[in-house]
Amino acid sequence: MCSNEEEKKIGFPRLGEPAPQFEAVTTQGKLKLEDFKGSWLVMFSHPADFTPVCTTEFIAFAQLHENLREMNCELMGLSIDSVYSHIAWARTIEEKFGVKISFPIIADLNKEVASLYGMVMPGESKTETSRCLFIIDDKQILRAMIYYPLSTGRNTDEVTRVIQGLQATDKNGIATPANWRPGDKVIVPPPQTQEIAEQRVKDESVECTDWFFCMKKLD
Amino acid sequence: MACVNPDGTISPSASALLKILEEPLSPGEIAGKLGQPLFRVRISLREMTEAGFIEQKEDKYAITEAGREKI
Repeated sequence: MCSNEEEKKIGFPRLGEPAPQFEAVTTQGKLKLEDFKGSWLVMFSHPADFTPVCTTEFIAFAQLHENLREMNCELMGLSIDSVYSHIAWARTIEEKFGVKISFPIIADLNKEVASLYGMVMPGESKTETSRCLFIIDDKQILRAMIYYPLSTGRNTDEVTRVIQGLQATDKNGIATPANWRPGDKVIVPPPQTQEIAEQRVKDESVECTDWFFCMKKLD
Repeated sequence: MACVNPDGTISPSASALLKILEEPLSPGEIAGKLGQPLFRVRISLREMTEAGFIEQKEDKYAITEAGREKI
């Protein structure tokens, strides 16, 4: 072993644990993850600036930004490109597609954040980040992760749906079923004791198919 | 740097920040007055404090003499 290169810590964050902290250069200045405390954050990586799939994603995320803000959620991009490349690409998107990129983009040239969050998938590319997306809550706990390959652009409706589901869970102590959308019935957590199970099936405020499978409408 | 350029000049958003800090304000109050998200205010406050243009007094921030010279 002759390398004296500093070994980068390759991480893989875990749901339900504090999101790994970092400081990074972005298109809106040098920021720390903790600067987002008090609001939710969608942090997503893309493979490279000036590439077509990423351009369609950036347009879609930019169009989502205002809706996210109404949900007390900020947005931040990341790739292994320079801040000058990010600025040039954002200007091109505005000029050619008429969409302003108003969220910060991390210039992760040394792969520090990418390594911390396991965004590089060497089987796909050793020099680019895959399409990774992290939902971090207002207390900086990592709540959801979505990983897509280089070839496949993300669905921003799903990102919105996940945040709506997580916020409904936090507010009401419920879970959300498959393909749930706001307004749909939610799942009442299963009883933890036999006594509560017996009470639950008699509870007229919930609709139970069986003692463990009860749903209700949110007010 | 988002607020302070290498030549010492400041950005329009930094100038707007300095102008409201004659009265000490908390980050949340600044965000409300400037209509900016809190994370952006926190970035600016850190940068402007490091540059000596503002100072922190407990949980509030106020402009310094060096900051007044920049307006």
